[in-house]
Amino acid sequence: MLTRTLARLSWVDLILRVFQIIAAIVIVIGIVNVFRSNTYTSNQWATLVFAGLAQGSIYALIALGYTLVYGILLMINFAHGEVYMAGAFSTVFLAGYFSNTGFLQSSPILAIIIMIIFAAAVSTAIALLLERIAYRPLRNAPRLIPLITAIGASFTLQYTFRGLYGAEFKSYPQVPALSGTVNVIGFDVPLVQLVVFFAAVGLMIALYLYVERTKSGKAMRAVSEDKDVARLMGIDIDRVIVTTFALGGALAGAAGVFNGLFRPQGVFFFMGFFPGIKAFTAAVLGGIGNIPGAMIGGLMLGLIESLGPNSIVEGLGIPSANQLKDAIAFSVLVLILIYRPQGIFGERLAEKKA
Amino acid sequence: MEEKTYTWRDLINYGLLGSVVTLYFGMIGMLELFDERILITPFLSLGDVLLFSGVIGIVFFAVNKFASSLNEAFKVGAVVGAVSAIFPIVLSFIATSELIAEQFVIRDVFVSVTDRLVEIYNFGLEPIVGSLVLIVAFAIVGVLTALFIKTDPKIERPLLMGIVLTLGIGLFSENVTQILGNLPAGIGRSISRLLFTNKALTIVSALIIFLLTAGITYWRMRRPTTGESRGFNFSFEDISNRGLNRAQMIQLAIVAVVLLLLPWMVGSFLSQVLFNVGLFILMGLGLNIVVGYAGLLDLGYVAFFAFGAYTMGILTTATSLNPGLGLNFWTALPFAILIAVMFGIILGVPVLNMRGDYLAIVTLGFGEIIRILALSDWLAPVMGGAQGVLKIAKPVFFGVEMGSPETMYYMVLAGSLLVGFVAIRLRDSRLGRQWMAMREDEDVAEAMGINLVQTKLMAFAIGAAFSGLAGAIFSARVNNIFPHSFNLLISINALSLIIVGGIGSIPGVIIGALVLVGLPELLREFSEYRLLMYGILLIVMMLVRPEGFIPAEIYKRELRADEETETEIEAQVTSS
Repeated sequence: MLTRTLARLSWVDLILRVFQIIAAIVIVIGIVNVFRSNTYTSNQWATLVFAGLAQGSIYALIALGYTLVYGILLMINFAHGEVYMAGAFSTVFLAGYFSNTGFLQSSPILAIIIMIIFAAAVSTAIALLLERIAYRPLRNAPRLIPLITAIGASFTLQYTFRGLYGAEFKSYPQVPALSGTVNVIGFDVPLVQLVVFFAAVGLMIALYLYVERTKSGKAMRAVSEDKDVARLMGIDIDRVIVTTFALGGALAGAAGVFNGLFRPQGVFFFMGFFPGIKAFTAAVLGGIGNIPGAMIGGLMLGLIESLGPNSIVEGLGIPSANQLKDAIAFSVLVLILIYRPQGIFGERLAEKKA
Repeated sequence: MEEKTYTWRDLINYGLLGSVVTLYFGMIGMLELFDERILITPFLSLGDVLLFSGVIGIVFFAVNKFASSLNEAFKVGAVVGAVSAIFPIVLSFIATSELIAEQFVIRDVFVSVTDRLVEIYNFGLEPIVGSLVLIVAFAIVGVLTALFIKTDPKIERPLLMGIVLTLGIGLFSENVTQILGNLPAGIGRSISRLLFTNKALTIVSALIIFLLTAGITYWRMRRPTTGESRGFNFSFEDISNRGLNRAQMIQLAIVAVVLLLLPWMVGSFLSQVLFNVGLFILMGLGLNIVVGYAGLLDLGYVAFFAFGAYTMGILTTATSLNPGLGLNFWTALPFAILIAVMFGIILGVPVLNMRGDYLAIVTLGFGEIIRILALSDWLAPVMGGAQGVLKIAKPVFFGVEMGSPETMYYMVLAGSLLVGFVAIRLRDSRLGRQWMAMREDEDVAEAMGINLVQTKLMAFAIGAAFSGLAGAIFSARVNNIFPHSFNLLISINALSLIIVGGIGSIPGVIIGALVLVGLPELLREFSEYRLLMYGILLIVMMLVRPEGFIPAEIYKRELRADEETETEIEAQVTSS
């Protein structure tokens, strides 16, 4: 009986392996084709790389929220994209106010810091509300239930903010101080991309130090290791969970402001959905539950998304490759989950649950 | 009854919570929009009901928690109600006072804070008078609610039925008029003219309906109940397994006749609504197999709906733009289902080793990838890209072209009955038991000799078949399909309806579809808030009644497992 099951399973494995090989071949063909035809100059590639890194650092910040929560509760906070949206959408008005009063032009650094703090505060508040109302009462429920609540919370938040701020697209104001370009190893890079990248990396390092070096970070790690033992050691689990949600929310809020600096347009109530899923992809890519993994996963996803359409898809002779940008991110998600659910660096958390 | 103690602080906290809810409804614009629908002329609108619903809800909780005696209940109701008025009052002062309004650009940010909203909060009076009136009104509503909770159920139920039915008729006045309009010889029209003025009940007609309903309910409750409950007392199980007795046969016949005559009784608009409900029943039954029976949370279910619709479209369209094959509906239908099944298996194979959250996310990814591909220029020669597939053939049934909502209703009715029958038979079959065993524990199921690969693929394939059928019927009804019709929301919709109805329960799917698809169609002018309501409903449902309205037995047991084991243990302890 067992051998029969094994035989069947390996049949599935065989198909999966074949899929994998085909996918690899397709990707290689695409890349080879593009580089042989020399469609793009190295300058154009560099532009894509830096844009990808900036975008990726934003994904990474959001991904940290997924990873932190998953590490502790073994639960995907499906509504985390909406936490990000809440911060980004609310801060648009503050940014507009700063721009109108000239504050953003006269002292950009201070203005942006205030914006980040504001966005982080809004996102944190939403994340805590979410935890208190939607997740805490269901902590011991079957696994399907919090996931469904999260989907419900996601819609509730989207349409609440739509009701509050309206359904129109809003834009962040241009920051004159960030509009120039900087020469990095021979390439002209928009200053805003560098600022976003380094600010995001700074925040990630701060988070990493917080988790590794502080007492409350130690408590978080203990809870993620084993909740019951942690409780026996005198750790207040509820408090750790609240801290986790707050940290994730704050980072998502900051990501919202960075996104506003990097891509000023397109701030609206549904803006959290795609970045949310992509950030989740990033978190899985780096191994969900793994903090440095989420950072690197985010950057990688940014790069793949930025380079993918031009390098792989175009090489396969598919027209309007940029239309498929989102499809690439989703394909990465699907492929990673199928072939390496533990991510690049992750321990195999997927086994622990379910 | 245990002694309940409370402090003023508790009451104020509850009041503030009610206040937040009331403020929330206003700030997101629901109050203003709902205020346009008048239920009873000239004084009661849906907005008023919503304005007071926060207070009613919160007083309900507070009274149940704190008040044991009637006097206490009055006090709790009055205090909580009055406190609930605070935030709306603050908001209306901020919004109207020019001094503050200049500093804070509140109206530029919060689009829903308008003069009209302030007017609703103040009942159209001057701010100070209006606030006082609001406090008093909320306090009165609080007291009434408290009184209502504390009354004898014998009086409570008739009152509740009367209120619900009166408000319901007022709310759906247009639809009631439509239905009445289809009655022969203009009787209906004169009735509706008597009942409604300007699409709302008059005071007199509202009173009559209220008294009638309350009276009838009271009268029915007073009659001693015999052992058998009245009404329809057969279930799907009876039909499929046990055979029916005579009374049940008659009831079934009545249901069948009503179902057959329904589109001609309710008119074209409501037939379309019924058609949509039926479509989602089809999809819900399919998803119910995947999620409810096999326990595989699939968020990309819309993909199979899309495959069905696109196959039907591509095979039957006859425009020069899409070089369609020009088949007719009936020839194309098996292909539509077959293609959906094929993709059900193709997309099922990679996720065989997955469960839970990861499965949900991967299927969501599949759904999105397919939508993006359908939208892309790459596949445009086949799938029409953003232009979609146009001029899809209408089905012809014995020479009658079916395209109107009334005729397509029969199509979807036949489909639902067929699929419902298949679903019941599957559930009770060996395969169904294998699914449920797999849902409970994959490893144990495997050890019991269940072939997981085959069982899972069967669930995906059959779910996909039902969805493909729904897609094919959908495309034949709308004639033109576009990629953006196949977004994530359809998956969420189908998932929500099976959850609200009760996971794994077939009558639940029907109720879920009626509530989540039918009601929003009737309340189209509030469609902005449809998804908000879904979201809130999903959360509340999971918190309060995770097993759904009509739970399947197994799920109910599972979800209430903790309580049951506790009582079991207690029973054991006491017996030993």
